[in-house]
Amino acid sequence: MKNRYLKNVSTLKLKTDKCTGCGKCIEVCPHNVFVLNDGKTHIVDKDRCMECGACVKNCPFNAIEVKPGVGCAYAIIMGWLTGTEPSCDCSDNSSGGCC
Amino acid sequence: MDISSREIKIIQTSTQLTFSDIVGAWKARWGINRMNYKVEPGLYSVGSPASNSPVMVTANYKMSFDMLRKELIGLDAWILVLDTKGINVWCAAGKGTFGTKELLNRIAIVQLEKVVSHRTVIVPQLGAPGISAHEVLKYSGFKVLYGPVKAKDIKEFINSGMKASTEMRTVRFNTYDRLVLTPVELVSTFKVSLIIFGILFLLNLIGVGPFGLIDFYAYMGAVIVGCVLTPVLLPWIPGRAFAWKGWLVGFIWAVIVNVFNGWPEAPQYSLLRALGYLLILPSVSAFFAMNFTGSSTFTSFSGVLKEMRIAVPAIIISIFLGIVLILVNSFIKL
Repeated sequence: MKNRYLKNVSTLKLKTDKCTGCGKCIEVCPHNVFVLNDGKTHIVDKDRCMECGACVKNCPFNAIEVKPGVGCAYAIIMGWLTGTEPSCDCSDNSSGGCC
Repeated sequence: MDISSREIKIIQTSTQLTFSDIVGAWKARWGINRMNYKVEPGLYSVGSPASNSPVMVTANYKMSFDMLRKELIGLDAWILVLDTKGINVWCAAGKGTFGTKELLNRIAIVQLEKVVSHRTVIVPQLGAPGISAHEVLKYSGFKVLYGPVKAKDIKEFINSGMKASTEMRTVRFNTYDRLVLTPVELVSTFKVSLIIFGILFLLNLIGVGPFGLIDFYAYMGAVIVGCVLTPVLLPWIPGRAFAWKGWLVGFIWAVIVNVFNGWPEAPQYSLLRALGYLLILPSVSAFFAMNFTGSSTFTSFSGVLKEMRIAVPAIIISIFLGIVLILVNSFIKL
């Protein structure tokens, strides 16, 4: 069985005009969101994107945009409670199973 | 005169995990000493590597380091351990501690260019959210090669000429992957559970109650549904939002609790209390299932935010109403 998450939520954007088809994004994407076709990258399944930001960080041509963030409810709750950006910093106390 | 004759420090390590390494990993899975399970950052050697041996980069979470080195049996290689404050590669990459800057620093600190003759480092693919390969190349001259997601594929990766297949590049989240993450979820609920039991005990003392065995196992069951059962059964439970999946299984659990106590033929307790359970128990499961998003490998920030905007108010209202019903029920009986 495949794990699938919510549809139409990812903030992933690809600027095809800047893409040179180097394929770096395809290499780093852990969920096979991209394919190379006719010398350019295309998004095949945006709903697989988990917004980790690996593609953005490794695109030498700034052709990809995503609002990177942690897909972690505990981090978001802590962000709401402390009024800060949600981050993986639950490490200081031992709650939460995430990082 | 050589002015940069800093000593090159290399720590020899083994591909064999000792008994205490295995116990340490087991403890970390149960949340014992998990946040302080570290190795010293720096350059390590396995086997007897030469200047042309590959360099593999990892985090200084001891479980990450151990998982990598145990896969290197029979290889001569270098391991470059970054200082990620004891956090695993993927999470540290998300935070940026497993990042371009730390990699550049660590390459400079261990004087990697003097140890190896080539200019390539193998970074685990899940480190990519923190690393800009083209920037590492620009500032250090080292080319970043992204290796497989899992350390167990590293030998195949090297043997196939540093090529990772699509299979090796895809992150999975199979039943076993989910199962090993559940103990720490469960352990993290102990504190809040003790507080709840404390409150119920106090309510008993002041005569609002009685709360007893049924409440105890009903609640514990809801916790186990949210922290263990829902994560393990994740892909088979209908729907997509984690909170929804937890609610659904929790609802089944609440019905089981009520049926087990004689509903509807010979109820052991009133309708108010039965309804209270139906409101509280699924919400408790939904909350803990929702928290499992942080352990999963495929949830996005935007997605979790979207589900929380609905789930969190719904959980709060539902639990509040359930508590009101059960308290009203207790007062009626007084």
